[in-house]
Amino acid sequence: MITVERLREIKEKQRPILEARLKEKDIATINEDGSIVLKGEYYERQVRIALKNCGIIDPYNIEDYIAVDGYSALADILMNKSRQEIIDDMKASNLRGRGGAGFPTGRKWEEAFKYDADQKYMICNADEGDPGAFMDRSILENDPHAVLEGMAIGGYAVGASKGFIYVRAEYPLAVKTLRVAIEQARELGILGNNIFGTDFSFDIELRLGSGAFVCGEGTALIESIEGKRGMPRTKVFRTAHKGLWQKPTIINNVETYANVPVIFQKGVDWFRSIGTEKSPGTKVFALVGKVENAGLVEVPMGMPLREIVYDIGGGVQDGKKFKAVQTGGPSGGCIPADLIDTPVDFESLDKIGSIMGSGGMVVMDEETCMVDIARFFLDFTVEESCGKCVPCREGTKRMLEILENIVAGKGEEGDIEKLERLSDTISSASLCGLGQTAANPVVTTIKYFRDEYEAHIKEKKCPAGSCQALVQYFITEKCIGCGACARACPVGCISGDKKERHVIDQDRCIKCGACMEACPPKVSAVVRR
Amino acid sequence: MANVRLTIDGQMVTVPSDTSIIEAAKMIDIEIPALCYDPNLEVVSACRLCIVEIEGSKKLQTACSTRVKEGMVVHTHSEKVVEARKDILQLLLDSHPNDCLTCQKAGECLLQKYAYEYGLKFREHDGAMRPQLLDTSSPYILKDNAKCILCGKCVRTCYEVSERQVLYFADRGYGTKIVCDADQTLEESSCVSCNRCVTVCPVGALIDKRVMGKIRAWEGSSKVVNCKVCQYGCEFEVKSNGKENVAVVAKPPANGRPLCLKGRLTTELLYVDKPEDPYRKVDGKFEKTTWAKALSLVDIMEKVEKLDSVNDEIGEK
Amino acid sequence: MEFKFDVEKNKDNIEKFKLFIEEHKDMPGALMPVLQEAQNIFGYLPLEILQMISRKLNIPMSEIYGVATFYAQFSFIPKGKYIISVCLGTACYVKGAQQILEEIEAQLGIKAGYTTPDLLFSINSCRCVGDCSKAPVILVNEDVYPKVTKDEVKEILDKYRSEV
Repeated sequence: MITVERLREIKEKQRPILEARLKEKDIATINEDGSIVLKGEYYERQVRIALKNCGIIDPYNIEDYIAVDGYSALADILMNKSRQEIIDDMKASNLRGRGGAGFPTGRKWEEAFKYDADQKYMICNADEGDPGAFMDRSILENDPHAVLEGMAIGGYAVGASKGFIYVRAEYPLAVKTLRVAIEQARELGILGNNIFGTDFSFDIELRLGSGAFVCGEGTALIESIEGKRGMPRTKVFRTAHKGLWQKPTIINNVETYANVPVIFQKGVDWFRSIGTEKSPGTKVFALVGKVENAGLVEVPMGMPLREIVYDIGGGVQDGKKFKAVQTGGPSGGCIPADLIDTPVDFESLDKIGSIMGSGGMVVMDEETCMVDIARFFLDFTVEESCGKCVPCREGTKRMLEILENIVAGKGEEGDIEKLERLSDTISSASLCGLGQTAANPVVTTIKYFRDEYEAHIKEKKCPAGSCQALVQYFITEKCIGCGACARACPVGCISGDKKERHVIDQDRCIKCGACMEACPPKVSAVVRR
Repeated sequence: MANVRLTIDGQMVTVPSDTSIIEAAKMIDIEIPALCYDPNLEVVSACRLCIVEIEGSKKLQTACSTRVKEGMVVHTHSEKVVEARKDILQLLLDSHPNDCLTCQKAGECLLQKYAYEYGLKFREHDGAMRPQLLDTSSPYILKDNAKCILCGKCVRTCYEVSERQVLYFADRGYGTKIVCDADQTLEESSCVSCNRCVTVCPVGALIDKRVMGKIRAWEGSSKVVNCKVCQYGCEFEVKSNGKENVAVVAKPPANGRPLCLKGRLTTELLYVDKPEDPYRKVDGKFEKTTWAKALSLVDIMEKVEKLDSVNDEIGEK
Repeated sequence: MEFKFDVEKNKDNIEKFKLFIEEHKDMPGALMPVLQEAQNIFGYLPLEILQMISRKLNIPMSEIYGVATFYAQFSFIPKGKYIISVCLGTACYVKGAQQILEEIEAQLGIKAGYTTPDLLFSINSCRCVGDCSKAPVILVNEDVYPKVTKDEVKEILDKYRSEV
C-alpha cells in the first residue's frame, strides 16, 4: 500500500536520477524552486502548467512523475482536506474547461457532488478531434499521470469511485502510455482500493473512440461508452445529474485534468495570479499553418494574439503577409489581421465570433482563400455530423453545397444571404454544440472577408489565387521556349515553337499547375492569377 | 407533484412541475408542431420543430424536452421561432421527393400539414437528395427511405418490444438511414409485420400496403374497433368507402399494447368485405397462404369440426 | 458484393474472439470494445461475427449494425495487404485514369472499394493526390507509380504478388 512516507522515499530516490539525466541530455534548466524548464527561447517565453512535465519526465516511469512532486497533491488532499474544501478550492481557482465552452470546473464538480447516488463517474474526454489540434495527445503521451491524478482528485471531490478515459483509437501511442500509467498506478496503490490508507477507492478504465468527431460532445461520448451510436442526448438533465448509465457524471478534458494537481500543489492564489480575472491560468495552443515555428505553446490567458503568432511563433512563413488566424477548429472562427491585438481568453474570443475551443490555432497568409477555408471546415462538419437533428444534418449539407459552388465559380447572387440565414437557423436550432457552432467558420469569414465572397460570386475571381477553378495560368514574356511546360502538361494544351514564347489554351487548361512546376526556377515564366 | 404556473402565448396555465412545455401547451389548446415527439416514446428532440422562445433564455429551446418552471414565459409562435421553423421545414422538404399527388400518406402527412401551415413549397435548387431505397419486399409494409425524415419514431416503437427490435439507424450524417437488422429487406429481416412502425411514421416512409390504392385519408368514413384476438384489445380503424369496408388500419400502440400481424389479419377478416390474400413468412420469404394458416387455425378448425360433428350427432339423437 | 467469410480458415481467430467476448460480456458498454476487437482480429466485421456478438451479448442485430456503421473505424469489407489507390483527380482523369482503374478491376476481378478474396489487394479511387504532372498516378500502399499505362498494370500487380 502506498503511504505518504513511501511517496517521499520514491521522490528522494528518483529526483537525483531524473536531474542527472536532464543534465546529461542538456535539455532543461533546473531552477532553485525545483521547477524544471525546457531550454530554448521558444519554451522560455511560455508559461507551462499543463505541459510542465512534457519532454522532461519519462512517461513510462511513474517514479519520474513522483520525482516532480507527482501525486503529492492527491496525497495531501486525501490526508488533510474534506471533499467540500476541494470543491471550494476548485470554484475559487475558477479553472475553466479547456475543451471548448469554458464552463467553470468547480461548478460542474459541485453539481455532481450534491447529488446523492450509489455510483458516480469521472470521465476524461480524450477524443481530441479538431483538425490541427494535438495538445491533449501530447499531454497523454508525455505526462499521463497528471491526468490520472487530476481525475482521482475530482473523483474524491464529487464522490466517484470509477473513472473512464475515452481516448481516440487513432492515438495508439497515447493509448499505450495510458495503459502503462494506469497499470503502474495500480501496482503502487495510487489507483484501487483505500488509496493512501483512506476509505477513498478509485479506479480508471480506458475506452477507445472509433472515429467519430461528435463523440467529443459530452453526451455523445457517454452514449459511446455505453456502447451506442455517438448521438448527443437531448438535455432533459445535466450530465452532472444524470450522465453515464444515468448516474452523476463529470466530463472534463485532458488539459483541464492536467491543471488540477498543479492548482492544489501551488495553491489557488498562485493559479489566479496567472492569466486574466475571468480566465485564470494558461492555455495550450496548437500553433500551426503558415507560421514559422509551429508547435504546442502554453501561454497565460489574455496574451494578445500578436505575441503568440509573432513573438513565440516567429511570424508568418516565408515573409508572407499575415491574413488571419483560425481558432477553435470547426466550431471556431477566423480572426482577421486587424484584430490581431485581441487578447486570447474566453470572453474576448467570444466577442469577435470565434471560440477558444480546444486550442487549435491555424495561421493563414495572403494566399489562403477564406471562402475555401470555410468550405474546408464545413466539409469536415458534414462528414462528422451524427445525423440526429435536422438543422445540422440537412443544413450543413446545403451550406457546403453553396460553398462548393462558390469556390467552383458557380456562385450566384444571394448565396451569401442564404448562407447567413442557414447559419442563423443551424446555430439557434441545432441539438448539440457541434451543430450550434458548425456555422462559425462561415459566419466569421463572411463577417470579416465579405469582399472575398463577393469577388468569387460576382467577378468569378479568387483574390487569394487559391481556388483552382477561378485561377488562370499564363506564360509571360520571360518564356525561353524550352518546352518543359508543354511536356509536363497532362492535357497537352500548351503550344509554341522551340525557343519561342509558349501559349496556354485556356479552354482546355485543367488548372493543375504542372506547367508552373515544370518551368525552370530561373525562368519562372508561368504565373497564376 | 407540485404544480407550477407559467404563461404560454399570453395565457396562464397551471400544470404539474414535471410537465414538458409541449404538453402544457396542449392543455390550453396551443399546438406546437413536432415531427419526432410522441408522448408514448422517449423524447429525443431530433426534429427541432417544437422550438420555442423562453423569456430570459438566449437560445431557443425544444418544447418536448424542456420542463415547465414557475413563472416561465413561453412564446410558441414568435417571429424568431416561426422563421427558424420555416427553415427547418424547408430543409426537410429540400430532401423530400415531390410525390404528394400519389403518396398514400397525403392528407395525414405531418410534413405536408406543416408545409401548408407555414406556406412552404418544394425546393428550387438541385442539391443532393437521398438515394431512392424503396423496399417493396413485404406484402404488408412499404418502406421508402427517400421520404424518411429520420425522426426515429419507428426505431423507438420497434425497440420497445424486446423480441422485435428490427429497425435501427445506420450510417451517419446526411447518409443516415433506417434499416432492418443488418441492412436487410423487410422480407429477409426478422420483421414480424406488426405495423407498429407504420402507425407512428409521420410521413410516407412507412406505409400499410394493404390500404394503398383503396382509399385516401379524407375519403369515406372510419370507425374504431378493438381487436378480439388477445386481452390487449389493440385498436384498429375500419375504413369504409361508403359502399363497403375496404381496409383495416392499426392505431398507434398506446398503453403497452403490442400490436401484431395476427390481430390485424383477424380484424381484416372480420370487417373488410373483400380482404386480400394473407401472406406469411416462411424461412425469410413471404408466401401467399390461406386464412386458416395465416391465423394458425388449421388444427383448431379441424378439431372444432370434429367435436361439433360429434355434438351434432348427440343433438340429433 | 458480399465478402465470403471463411469460417474454417478463421477457426483460431474465432476461438480467440469467443474468449474475448466471454471475458467482456458482463462489462457495461461491452459492445464497443467487442466490435473493436473483432475489427482487430478479422480486419473487418463479418456478418457471421456480428450475429455471434448479437447472440452472446444479447443485443439486437439492428443495434449492432447501427453502432458499427456509425463509427468510421469499422468496416464491412476486409482491407487487402496492398491498397491500390487510383487517383481520379482531373488531370489523371483526362489522362485515362478511369481506364487504368477498369484495367485493375478486370485484372483483380473486383470493383473499386472491394478486396480480393485472397486478401492481397484492395482498390480505392481517390481524390487528387497532387502529382498532376505525372498523371495518371496510382499508389500501392506508399509506393507511387507515375504515368501508368494500361499495359503496365499487370506488371505492377505481379510485383506485389511475387512479394508474398
